[in-house]
Amino acid sequence: MSETAEVKVKEPLFSKKNKKLLTDPLNDDNPITIQVLGICSALAITVQVKQAFVMSVSVLAVMIFSNLIVSLIRNLIPSRVRIIVQLVIVAALVILVDQILKAFVYDVSKQLSVFVGLIITNCIIMGRLEAFALANKPFPSILDAIGNAAGYAWILIVVAIFREFFGSGKLWGFQIIPQSFYEFGYFNNGLMILPPMALITVGIIIWVQRSRNTKLIESN
Amino acid sequence: MDVNKNSYIFGFSAVLVIVVAAVLSFAAESLKPMQTENVRIEKMQNILTSVGISATPAEAGELFDQYIIDQKLLSNKGTVVDKDGLTAFDIDAVKQYKDKNLSPEEKFYPLFTFQNEEGKKYIVPMAGKGLWGPIWGYVAFAEDMNTIVGSTFDHKSETPGLGAEIKEDFFTQKFIGKTIFEGNEFVSVEIVKGGQPWDSPHKVDGISGGTITSVGVGEMMERTLGVYVPYFKNTSKASL
Repeated sequence: MSETAEVKVKEPLFSKKNKKLLTDPLNDDNPITIQVLGICSALAITVQVKQAFVMSVSVLAVMIFSNLIVSLIRNLIPSRVRIIVQLVIVAALVILVDQILKAFVYDVSKQLSVFVGLIITNCIIMGRLEAFALANKPFPSILDAIGNAAGYAWILIVVAIFREFFGSGKLWGFQIIPQSFYEFGYFNNGLMILPPMALITVGIIIWVQRSRNTKLIESN
Repeated sequence: MDVNKNSYIFGFSAVLVIVVAAVLSFAAESLKPMQTENVRIEKMQNILTSVGISATPAEAGELFDQYIIDQKLLSNKGTVVDKDGLTAFDIDAVKQYKDKNLSPEEKFYPLFTFQNEEGKKYIVPMAGKGLWGPIWGYVAFAEDMNTIVGSTFDHKSETPGLGAEIKEDFFTQKFIGKTIFEGNEFVSVEIVKGGQPWDSPHKVDGISGGTITSVGVGEMMERTLGVYVPYFKNTSKASL
């Protein structure tokens, strides 16, 4: 590992640089809309807000601990096997999360079923391990994890709000659109339940984001 | 220290894997009691749902003890058997259905008796095969042991929006009021394909696009209830 990457400068816990780690992924460097990582799960589990929320919390937990662990042992990991080492760590954490969900929030874990296992393949986690935790100290790595997980979470939840509201007239499982609307001929939009509408919703978010923030638009 | 030496890589991998394995097996073992308890509670909730009582996980145990006044085990001939240390609740219908090593005589059929102010109801657990995997459910009968008063079904991996709809209320509601005997003859309840008449007391409208799952439900009911027929006949005659 290169020694130059670690310049020994005493910096405050929440220096400007560290704050940027937290805030950048929320907008200018959002994992979903800008880095286009973790799209797969954004499509799969955004039918209901509750699922999206639990997924976000699970990803947050897995990301914080995987970033922390990888960052702590970054100088011990042989670079030739680093991907598989990261995978083992992430997989172990995901199984742990799955077991904990099964023990404490059984009904949610039943709904998420396969998706929890799929956190292992969530590109954001591996992406941040490769790009950040392997080369940075534990504390900035944790901030990076929180920032990126939060960036992932808010997109997920916004998409889920749209899809649950228009798809089933509910939010967090509670009926929002009153029964009288249905009696007047209102219909839930069944298309919102299907994965393509998640992609289109994410597309709209990207569109809004880029038209507000022109520096994100690629020149070509 | 050269971290890219082969010997180091082997050593590092071995230590990592052993540590991870130790952590995971510790977590799995220590969380197991809670997980099995969750499965148990879910089963109680399902049994209560079939008679129209929705219980939260916290109250399921209490309501179950309050309402389920009797548990019986039936042999494959439909006679009540006494098996030491085995209650009706312990029988995992899905496991028993899938276990190819069990001879018919080794299979036991649970029957739960529910009682509230309105009277008794009899709950029969069942398991069968859908399109992609196992399906299971509980069907509750009125005191005449003929009329269905409620049902609940679930599945492992049926297609969402099609076969998976068997667990939805609109499907389970259709069973209410159907009967399984025509005169003295057992006819079960048939799940018919869409478009066919289903206003007979022995027919239920199936799910369009979920035909194989619907047929699986019908097959599961006929096969399982068939075992209970001798018991139902004897008991309802005796009480008349």
